[in-house]
Amino acid sequence: MGQGNWRIRKITDRFAKIAFLCATLFGIAFLGVLLYRIVADGAGWLNWDFFTNFSSRFPAKAGVAAALVGSIWIVLLTGPIAFFLGVGTALYLEEYTKKSWFTRLIQVNIHNLAGVPSIVYGILGLAVFVQGLMLGQAVLAGVFTMSLLVLPIIVVSSQEAIRSVPQHMRNASYALGASKWQTISRVVIPTALPNILTGVILALSRAIGETAPLVVVGALTFVAFVPASPMDPFTVLPIQIFNWTSRPQDDFRAIAAAGIIVLLVVLLTMNLLAVYLRNKYQKRY
Amino acid sequence: MNEAVLKNARNRSTQNQSQKKTSGIVQKKRMNREDFVVKSILFLCAMVSILTTIGIVAVLLVETLSFFKDVSLLAFLTDTKWTPLFKPEHFGILALLSGSVLITLGASLVALPLGLMTAIYLSEYADDRVRRVIKPILEVLAGIPTIVYGYFALTFVTPLLRVISPDMGVFNALSASIVVGIMILPMVASLSEDAMVSVPKSLRNGAYSLGATRLEVARKVVVPAAFSGIISSFVLAISRAIGETMIVTIAAGATPKLTLNPLESVQTMTAYIVQVSLGDIQHGSIEYKTIFAVGMTLFILTFLINLIAQWLKRRFKEEY
Amino acid sequence: MSIIQMKNVDLYYDKHHALKNITGEINERSITALIGPSGCGKSTFLRTLNRMNDMIQGVHIEGEILVAEQNIYHADVNVENLRKNIGMVFQQPNPFPKSIYDNVAFGRRIHGMRDRKELDEVVEQSLKAAALWEEVKDILKKPAYGLSGGQQQRLCIARALAVNPQILLMDEPTSALDPISTAKIEELIGELRKQYTIVIVTHNMQQAARISDDTAFFLQGEIIEFDTTEKIFHTPSDQRTEDYIAGRFG
Repeated sequence: MGQGNWRIRKITDRFAKIAFLCATLFGIAFLGVLLYRIVADGAGWLNWDFFTNFSSRFPAKAGVAAALVGSIWIVLLTGPIAFFLGVGTALYLEEYTKKSWFTRLIQVNIHNLAGVPSIVYGILGLAVFVQGLMLGQAVLAGVFTMSLLVLPIIVVSSQEAIRSVPQHMRNASYALGASKWQTISRVVIPTALPNILTGVILALSRAIGETAPLVVVGALTFVAFVPASPMDPFTVLPIQIFNWTSRPQDDFRAIAAAGIIVLLVVLLTMNLLAVYLRNKYQKRY
Repeated sequence: MNEAVLKNARNRSTQNQSQKKTSGIVQKKRMNREDFVVKSILFLCAMVSILTTIGIVAVLLVETLSFFKDVSLLAFLTDTKWTPLFKPEHFGILALLSGSVLITLGASLVALPLGLMTAIYLSEYADDRVRRVIKPILEVLAGIPTIVYGYFALTFVTPLLRVISPDMGVFNALSASIVVGIMILPMVASLSEDAMVSVPKSLRNGAYSLGATRLEVARKVVVPAAFSGIISSFVLAISRAIGETMIVTIAAGATPKLTLNPLESVQTMTAYIVQVSLGDIQHGSIEYKTIFAVGMTLFILTFLINLIAQWLKRRFKEEY
Repeated sequence: MSIIQMKNVDLYYDKHHALKNITGEINERSITALIGPSGCGKSTFLRTLNRMNDMIQGVHIEGEILVAEQNIYHADVNVENLRKNIGMVFQQPNPFPKSIYDNVAFGRRIHGMRDRKELDEVVEQSLKAAALWEEVKDILKKPAYGLSGGQQQRLCIARALAVNPQILLMDEPTSALDPISTAKIEELIGELRKQYTIVIVTHNMQQAARISDDTAFFLQGEIIEFDTTEKIFHTPSDQRTEDYIAGRFG
């Protein structure tokens, strides 16, 4: 190969690197513009009233009170249910059964469920919880739907957390005469808990941003009250944002941006909590 | 000598003399009810995921079959119009399917090349420090709710595109496609990067020792070796794009249309389901049933695509 | 007086015949060392004594092991109670990610002790018996991971002693430790012999010679020779034992 050929290859390589870098920066730039635009559009509308007011026909009087409380209801109730079902499933798969066709079936099924579009969960919720269990368009119907939606994520992350508990810790417990459940409840779960919680929080932050399934389940778009019980109708932040976004007036678009800021701050807080947990209880065994 | 040890020694001497079964080292097993109860509870938890799948299939199937009592399967599959909410009613799924396909195609054109290039940059060019900055940013991008993307598509991307192409409507497939593409980009990038990172160093070193440039190593060694992982990331991203709902509901419009022109307003299957859900629908009405028929189509489509992704992953399991 | 008797014990990992026709007796309140090259089955044998092998899939055991004259492999043996009476210390110090106190109290708590005063007493006595009390009495609430490797291992011994076992199994308890910590543990084992029956696996022949009363030499899943330590190390009757002791293989 000649010297010239090498030069061309070198230059091509240089250009390729720049192209790859640009591709990478594109996503980052997009994120930057998106965040900038949202803050620029919405920050001016953020004030205390925005948090205490209900939605309104007048942009200046509109607020996220109902939606924020609705989202909190959903997360607070979905959390424990999804945690119990998810960790239970993970424990069953990792600790209580030998690998068999049945566990493989559950595992494959969970991976498939993770790929089902979220709106399909909404349809399930509509038919089973709203109509079938006759919960109506209540918080609880949304909670059950969301619990099923995030279940696959929690199962997979909990399985990883449980698998990362070293075998020698289980042995130490068994050698002291602990039963299986004592070993799991007093050694395995406490040791895996920070990682499990990290997964649960990340799954819940997915739930808090979901719009479509709750629209199908029948969350309302205009709610002028705070749900007082799990049987009350409700709305959530993303649906409120959706509602404002789809109105033609510019001012509503702007309060939609303000709503997005609230949503993103909630998400950011949850993610920071997850990172904090992960770092605080960094594996020491 | 301490108390505990003394007591212990005493225990032992009594036990040696009288072979009482209850006080010995070897005791009779008690019925282990605890283990059974726990296992049963955990088994029920595991069954919830199975029941979810059964529930989804059953619910979709029952209402879809009821839908096909009113609408012929042939009309559903061949009619080119979808107008169930007003007369004359048409139930041609093609009009919605083409919307979903158009958006997915557009999104793939954005996400697949950019995602692959990002993955190549991260795995082959970037040093650790850069990677540690960029990967969390991509995770943030992946974690942004789709409603936020939808807002951005409508209020920023669409106006920008209309500067370039002024006759385009407020609702158009192009804007939605681009933003859906960016939404699935992190998925392509991170899954492809995972596949590339797992290509062993020795393969790369072999090529480098022959004087290959980074680009040549990436193109001729890493990408081919990680090919199945890359393709399966593409397929999963496509499945995600088809199921995407809020971006297309907000930005692509609500006019079901058999078209592949990205400048037009279209409606996807997902957007239709949202549109119907927002209205006041009578349980058991034909509108109600359309949700399930469309949902079934969507479910089958994404299920098949996910199966393909899994099959690809198994079929071309890299062996190094 | 023997407390453990092995009668024709065979152990299989799936098809692999890991222990072959193990027969012998272990004396009460003595230290029995198990020596042999790695992979000879000495650790596997140790784990048959408290049925820790039950946990491993594909393990199958034949023959009888009598502890206090009862077969521990009998179908209706309460394994949890057996393990409570036969403590175990592992190769790597493996404290739980809990406080020092909670580590020692763990065994008693799972066996139902709730009373704070009683627990305090058990923790103190066990840590004293493991010669760790003076070092940790002011930091009982601190995480066990703050301790040094040698201290962690003594903590694990204290944890095992806390449930009042009568037999103590030790699986190369000093192999992960520095010489000073090793010396401390050996001294401790010497003390413990007064009250406990100790079976110790060791890869270190000097250690076996220093601390044990009896020694069993394992090779390829068989006991080649099992006799007093004195005899094994000075006048072994089998050529292979002599070769191993002399360092000619292993």
